[in-house]
Amino acid sequence: MTLPLFSLSDDPGPSFAALVQRVGLRPPVPDTPLAADQIAHGTTVVAVRFADGVIMAGDRRATSGNLISHRSIEKVFPADSHSAVGIAGAAGPAIEMVRLFQLQLEHYEKVEGSRLSIEGKANQLGTMIRSNLPAAMQGLAVVPLFAGFDLRRNAGRLFQYDITGGRYEERDFAATGSGSLHAGTVVKLGYREALSRDAVLDLAIEALFQAADDDSATGGPDLMRGIFPVVATITAAGYERIADDDLAARTGQLLERLRSRRSPADQSGAESS
Amino acid sequence: MSMPFYVAPEQVMKDRADYARKGIARGRSALALTYADGILLCAENPSSTLRKLSEIYDRIAFAGVGKYNEYDQLRIAGVRHADLKGYSYSREDVDARSLANVYAQYLGQIFTHEMKPLEVEILVAEIGDEPGHDQMFHIRYDGTMMDESRFVVVGGDSDAISERLEAVWQDNASLSVALGAAVNALAGPERTLQPGDLEVATLARGQARRAFQRLDDAAIGALLAPA
Repeated sequence: MTLPLFSLSDDPGPSFAALVQRVGLRPPVPDTPLAADQIAHGTTVVAVRFADGVIMAGDRRATSGNLISHRSIEKVFPADSHSAVGIAGAAGPAIEMVRLFQLQLEHYEKVEGSRLSIEGKANQLGTMIRSNLPAAMQGLAVVPLFAGFDLRRNAGRLFQYDITGGRYEERDFAATGSGSLHAGTVVKLGYREALSRDAVLDLAIEALFQAADDDSATGGPDLMRGIFPVVATITAAGYERIADDDLAARTGQLLERLRSRRSPADQSGAESS
Repeated sequence: MSMPFYVAPEQVMKDRADYARKGIARGRSALALTYADGILLCAENPSSTLRKLSEIYDRIAFAGVGKYNEYDQLRIAGVRHADLKGYSYSREDVDARSLANVYAQYLGQIFTHEMKPLEVEILVAEIGDEPGHDQMFHIRYDGTMMDESRFVVVGGDSDAISERLEAVWQDNASLSVALGAAVNALAGPERTLQPGDLEVATLARGQARRAFQRLDDAAIGALLAPA
């Protein structure tokens, strides 16, 4: 490799995506549509604002048509120290988009010597989704969620997208993927202003659990293999992934609560919960 | 038709080298030295916005002296080289040696083929997994490259600073001892440098993925305060 130097008129600036395009590393767009069972798809991610910031949670299943292609894929990633991106859609291009987005933020920070604002990051992701539109039309759609802690406003913020790169800021919560309808409803019913960390963790876990219960493309907690959703909080302290032990304990409590609703002996206990 | 005067190649090279050296000597120096937990980078730089030291990659840092626009262009090219390499292969495959090589190639090319050489001197440092595995490269305006394992000084006054640092350098020094030695070497016997005159950064082992960290004036002051 030689030193990547450019003339002033076609310098890619602080954008890594532009640099990648400039050196010809961008993959070509397929010219015929790909069938859904030819490629792996990732599904459900939810993000909820709470007292300290935002939480993001994603299940672990990838499907190709009606088959499960991966049981432990990850769909929630740190974008940088104070933001996260969750993906739904064609798994390959989605993970590639996350990789490029992470690099885009780090590259900007190193070249410019300062960080992008959270709006700037959200817009960057929108641009990347927009440039994926030709691939999306061939069945490689990627629809992420973006959440971060805004250090200037001192609050958590979250953004939803459509496949054209349309960027929509949400106030309370957002969900994406095939299970988003079910997961979103659970969050909607359980949402309160400024939930505690404990409460919002339980809410996110239940949202994914209920989505998995009704949507075959969303994976539930796999107790046999010990695979739990990826759950992360983004607060003033930064991105923090919740440990599996904690998730296992909370899943156990959730199952206990759901079981008690079904057993006649515990009817009174179920009503009070 | 007029014929250009013949100038001996030795003379051309010497003139270019003198020109580059003069340009570099107008600015202040920078240095890097190993300490117990990694590599310390320190530069005399009263500006807090026009930086001499910066992050290239997870374990790699850059320092440039001389003409700002020229070494800043090299810095950005270095960030691009490293990020592209990490993107097309893997983060582990990005190393200081290959970056220093492309810098040396480029500087050598400009020195021999262009009218005006670059008036810069740069250093590239990388921390290893364990003490003793750190790497530092010194690249001069003509593409000459040297590798060092203890310390590197770049800039017009580098010989005098190196001598002063040589006298006090010790293996496995703590951060405050290393910083004290670096600042005294940069200042020389007749001057004292305040935290506001310095730009300091570390590449610290065993920290986060991105090892490069800047130290602000308060942190520099605290480290330099007599214990």
